[in-house]
Amino acid sequence: MTSSVIFAGFGGQGILFSGKVLATAGLVEDKEISWLPSYGPEMRGGTASCSVIISDTPIGSPIIAEPNVVIAMNRPSLDKYIAVAEKDAYVFYDSSLIDEEITRKDVKAFPIPATQMANDNGITGLANMIMLGKMVKESGAVSYDLIMEGLKKVVSAKHADKLEKNIKALDLGYNF
Amino acid sequence: MAEKILMKGNEALAEAAITAGCRHYFGYPITPQTEVAAYMAKRMPKIGGTFLQAESEVAAINMVLGAAAAGVRSMTSSSSPGISLKSEGISYMAGCEVPALIVNVERGGPGLGGIQPSQSDYFQATKGGGHGDYHLIVLAPASVQEMYSLTIKGFELADNYRVPTMILTDGTIGQMMEPVSLDAVEVKQFDKPWAACGQRGRDHRNIINSLSLSPEELEQWNLNRYARYKVIEEKEQMYEEYMMDDAEICIVAFGIAARVSKNAIVEARKKGLKVGMIRPITLWPFPTKALKAAAEKCKAFISVELSMGQMIDDVKLAIDCKKPVYLCNRTGGVIVSSNEVVAKIEEVSKM
Amino acid sequence: MDFKKTKGLTDAPLHYCPGCTHGIIHRLVAESLEELGVLDRTVGVASVGCSVFTYNYFNCDMVQAAHGRAPAVATGIKRARPDDIVFTYQGDGDLAAIGTAETVHSAARNENITIIFVNNAIYGMTGGQMAPTTLPNQITQTSPYGRDVTVVGYPVKVCEMLSQVDGASYVERVAVNNVKNIMKAKKAIKKAFQNQIEGKGFSLIEVLSTCPTNWGKSPADAIKWLDENMATYYPLGVYKDKEATKND
Repeated sequence: MTSSVIFAGFGGQGILFSGKVLATAGLVEDKEISWLPSYGPEMRGGTASCSVIISDTPIGSPIIAEPNVVIAMNRPSLDKYIAVAEKDAYVFYDSSLIDEEITRKDVKAFPIPATQMANDNGITGLANMIMLGKMVKESGAVSYDLIMEGLKKVVSAKHADKLEKNIKALDLGYNF
Repeated sequence: MAEKILMKGNEALAEAAITAGCRHYFGYPITPQTEVAAYMAKRMPKIGGTFLQAESEVAAINMVLGAAAAGVRSMTSSSSPGISLKSEGISYMAGCEVPALIVNVERGGPGLGGIQPSQSDYFQATKGGGHGDYHLIVLAPASVQEMYSLTIKGFELADNYRVPTMILTDGTIGQMMEPVSLDAVEVKQFDKPWAACGQRGRDHRNIINSLSLSPEELEQWNLNRYARYKVIEEKEQMYEEYMMDDAEICIVAFGIAARVSKNAIVEARKKGLKVGMIRPITLWPFPTKALKAAAEKCKAFISVELSMGQMIDDVKLAIDCKKPVYLCNRTGGVIVSSNEVVAKIEEVSKM
Repeated sequence: MDFKKTKGLTDAPLHYCPGCTHGIIHRLVAESLEELGVLDRTVGVASVGCSVFTYNYFNCDMVQAAHGRAPAVATGIKRARPDDIVFTYQGDGDLAAIGTAETVHSAARNENITIIFVNNAIYGMTGGQMAPTTLPNQITQTSPYGRDVTVVGYPVKVCEMLSQVDGASYVERVAVNNVKNIMKAKKAIKKAFQNQIEGKGFSLIEVLSTCPTNWGKSPADAIKWLDENMATYYPLGVYKDKEATKND
């Protein structure tokens, strides 16, 4: 199995971070992994994306032309990647930021009001992890246990409060 | 094998340099290689090394020259426009026969160009770059693991032959993360009796110099160096063969273009097209032996590059133009897609 | 007094023109290194210009640097071999034109090196072109009507400039136009090396020097011209001495 996941949104939404958590989870399972960020002058506010591939077989190119999983956290990202997503792809989008109906009928679309949920639960800024939790649940790219382990590897024990909030966000998404 | 960890290519490269015994890094910020400098800035002070952010790329390469001339493993990293600035110092290092490692994480050019991945410094890296008769040894990693292993190899080759060595990579390989095992490799170290580091009882002075006003003497220096280049060409060609056993079409690609080509080959094979790849790992010396052998059985070659077609010249030269060589390319920071490569393979297969 | 050749110089005959003061400055540098007992652990950096061949003359390990880059090369050597004594020997074109950035920034870093800066107000090696230190109205091959400051700007006063750089430890301008000044120059050069031995950081000694050939003067007239024109535009003296200031 190969999961080709694109995370996309604004800079500052934690796009690269959630990709890193996913990639690290794959590493725990000793899968083949690549994580490729968009890079450049777009830091805060601009577009940010990253491509994560988790596979049982060696990965050729780290560049994803046709993702089978899309996590979109703003409208331009959703428009851009839903257009190239594979048939039957999982498409997760933050419905509190994106006011749009998915017209493609051959993908599995999941609207999640992640930003709203984060605000309501006192974890503003962690919509990315809510999205990731839901993605793990639905796509099965990695297991629940693995994503938690991945998170613990990425957020060091030194930042216990941060870790706690991230776990909460993942759980919120997973159980949504 | 050591436990695998996730690392950016640029970081794996920096860690490899430290493993190789490099304790002197001189650089100047430029996207997309800045992680190398940032990593060194963090690590070097903790291990008694020197990280110095120079006032310019020009100064940085000359600091590298100074440190390397004094006999230590030293390096710099930059991206395309910065490498142009360093080219003066690189030419001097080639002339002085001072070994060091120069890293080019390429971006689109010419001029200030862009910041997205490119391979358009191939000519600059493999044909000289600066003035005068010289070559660098040029290594082209295609994975984060190779960023690690080839950096160590690069220091060894440089010292062994007293030839400055370049890691030629691009923004993709530099920025991407992959699992990498930082193996406790045995790193070869070399005596440097030629180093200018104070005589301390030595019975002669060591002079590091590239100047001779006698044309006959300078000619002899060049001939001596080229004799060494000949040995390097004979002994150090590195490449990877991918699905070449029954290949009728041979793709030649390095770095990220080779990664994309692997995907394309898998797709094309599903369509019944017999295609394989030779991936040069050393761009200089170019793996001519492998290509010559491939020319005996393949009917055509495709050079896949992120440039207007630079390596294609070396492919043609390597096979003495015995078979047609086609180009599949994007430039300016655009990465050629797997679909584009597949389309080219299909087109060539019908010719 | 027993006048002997210094061990700091090799037996190679100097290539400098008759009357040129490079020879004197070489001797002062070489004597200093010998007297301080550091010749055996010294690495010199030759620059581009008339002093390009200093690697043949100074009796120590030498590295030849690209035009203007000597302070960067010296930085690399010193960082690699902190116990070595590292100096550059540069002319005015090399140091104050193409190598301005390297000069200023090695001073800003208080790099523990010694720079011998030979200012003769002209490019000698290439045959007498205008230098960054060529005086206003001075005639050279590329300022044939005299340096016109309204067109090409003013000379660069290196010591004055570096005196404003916080990092620089010791900056002094000397001349080698008479015995008294030569003795002063020797003292300054030796102190610059002593500073490095003691880890005090960046020292630069600017030495006003003559170029009879390209100035179109006899050696005696050249000395006189230095005295009357250069020494007035470039006043001699200590421009920065962190140690001295500390003691005040």
